[in-house]
Amino acid sequence: MSEMSRATTHTLQAQELTLAYDKVEVAKDLSLSIPPGKITCIVGANACGKSTLLRALSRLLKPQEGSVLLDGQCIHRLPTKTVATLLGILPQSPIAPEGITVADLVARGRYPHQKWFRQWSTSDEQVITDAMVATGTLDLATRSVDELSGGQRQRVWIAMALAQGTDLMLLDEPTTFLDLAHQVEVLDLLVELNHEEGRTIVMVLHDLNHACRYSHHLLAMRDGRLVAEGTPEQVVTEAMVKDVFHLRSRVLPDPVSGTPMVIPIGRHFNVSEEDSIASGTAAAGVPGGRHA
Amino acid sequence: MPFRTPVLDTGPSTISAPSDAVSIVARARDAGRARGAVVGVVLAAGIAVSFAISVSVGDFPIPLAEVVPAIFGFGSPDAHFIVQTLRLPRALTALLVGGAFGFSGAIFQSLARNPLASPDIIGITAGAGAAAVFIIVVVGGGGLLVSLGALAGALGTAAAIYFLAYRRGITAYRLVLVGIGVAAVLSSLTSYLLTRAQIWEAQRATVWLTGSLNGRGWEHVRPVGLAMLALFPVVLLLARPLRALQLGDDTAKSLGVGVERYRRYLILVAVALAAVATSSAGPVAFVAFVAPPIARRLTRSSLTLVPAALAGALLVLLSDLVARRAFAPTELPVGIITGIVGAPYLLWLLARANRVGTGG
Repeated sequence: MSEMSRATTHTLQAQELTLAYDKVEVAKDLSLSIPPGKITCIVGANACGKSTLLRALSRLLKPQEGSVLLDGQCIHRLPTKTVATLLGILPQSPIAPEGITVADLVARGRYPHQKWFRQWSTSDEQVITDAMVATGTLDLATRSVDELSGGQRQRVWIAMALAQGTDLMLLDEPTTFLDLAHQVEVLDLLVELNHEEGRTIVMVLHDLNHACRYSHHLLAMRDGRLVAEGTPEQVVTEAMVKDVFHLRSRVLPDPVSGTPMVIPIGRHFNVSEEDSIASGTAAAGVPGGRHA
Repeated sequence: MPFRTPVLDTGPSTISAPSDAVSIVARARDAGRARGAVVGVVLAAGIAVSFAISVSVGDFPIPLAEVVPAIFGFGSPDAHFIVQTLRLPRALTALLVGGAFGFSGAIFQSLARNPLASPDIIGITAGAGAAAVFIIVVVGGGGLLVSLGALAGALGTAAAIYFLAYRRGITAYRLVLVGIGVAAVLSSLTSYLLTRAQIWEAQRATVWLTGSLNGRGWEHVRPVGLAMLALFPVVLLLARPLRALQLGDDTAKSLGVGVERYRRYLILVAVALAAVATSSAGPVAFVAFVAPPIARRLTRSSLTLVPAALAGALLVLLSDLVARRAFAPTELPVGIITGIVGAPYLLWLLARANRVGTGG
């Protein structure tokens, strides 16, 4: 990779952010710091402000109060093109123009590196090829994006974000609309990008178990506030799931990864706190269901 | 219960492109560019041929062999006169007006990501039309005054649409909806003015509204020629941010594009081109609307600016040729022919959008 020796020291912080859309306050008093070179997941219930936080961190949304600091400088005061060489964001539902080919779309990620007088170079060619190889989209190069499956399309968009060549990558629910196999495929890819190239990754994920497995650092939000922060082991507890998602659950070690695994209980199961998980009585009380 | 910290076993590296992969990407991109170049050359050749035929045919036919010398000021005095004062300025106006409409439509449609967002659908040419009819009917002006009025009308309407559609930035859908509303208001205003007009003025106004190249002289070539000369490089420079803007506002911003600023520049250039073209030849129906999709289908590219301009020029040249010769010696306004080409496409587009349920 031509940009292999990337520095992993770019920092991203939020200081006392108040975020609002049209005067409607969405988040208040958010202060946090994204660990460089790690994968950070933002989790929380619907409408808790996690996507809004991601938009603010990526300068798409200007905070009402407070500031986002990129390498210690206010992100809104830095030239947007400079920011674009350090930080890239993949929005939740990006738009592909009609008839665009995969190679053309990925190549558009090079925008911040191009100048009026020097529009395309062989190093650009190398970077977009690397991005397409990494995401397994090279074979699709001449295909039109319109005719791809959801999983393929998501990988193409990630390739475009990769082609931007930023150390910080922010992704808003990169696994939505994908089946389980494709979700894991996308998350594996992000882990590789982090592991092999030291990219700092920040993403919003809906699935808590995925968030536990695929991140070093978790940010849990409720009603526009940060309620817990730390490693998955520190953050994901039965109490936190109850508090953030209003959901009763069991938290067990994931048999594969050893990370916390959340098993929701729901209304139809009666599980008392004393019930032993090993005895299998957790499933008792299933309405008309199997016998324990 | 104790959790293990996850061990991220990523296995052997998958992120390193072999050198032959680079050539796969390069070839994929070259193929697209080559196709664009071929389409450009074919369209340009078509333009050259129809331009020559357009200068050659008429009540006083000039053999094709004498056309080129006559264009450059040689040949018999008769041919020289007819070419230099009658047919050459007319053909040049057709070429430039078609090119300007093609550019304008392509910019609007790519910017709005909507095939309906062309200046002739969203009311910009309707604004020019209403202003021109006002000048013809109420003020009683003609020629240059009508052209200037049309220019002012187009620019004023564009500004009105922009401010009516503005709400924390411009969204394509609002632009199209507001534009269609404004176009309806302006066309009823135009109709009202026509009912108040004397019959001869009403006829003149109607011909102007259809879009006509009859009797176009050098005074019509000059403004649109200068505008194309000045704005062509600007369009080429703005193509790069436009390519990023096509990916949606968030992605464009993420790529470091000053979204609102470049959108304003692009709208300004597209409006200026449509306005100048309309002031020279009237609102020639549907050229800005159909030229870009024709170019897009030919090139199979997602952004086609120059091919759209070439397609627009060819469309107007061919349509004017048909309009002049179909019922010779009576010359039809060119807008009738482009309307015949464009209206079915509009119907098809609306029918398809309804079926798909996306509203375009």
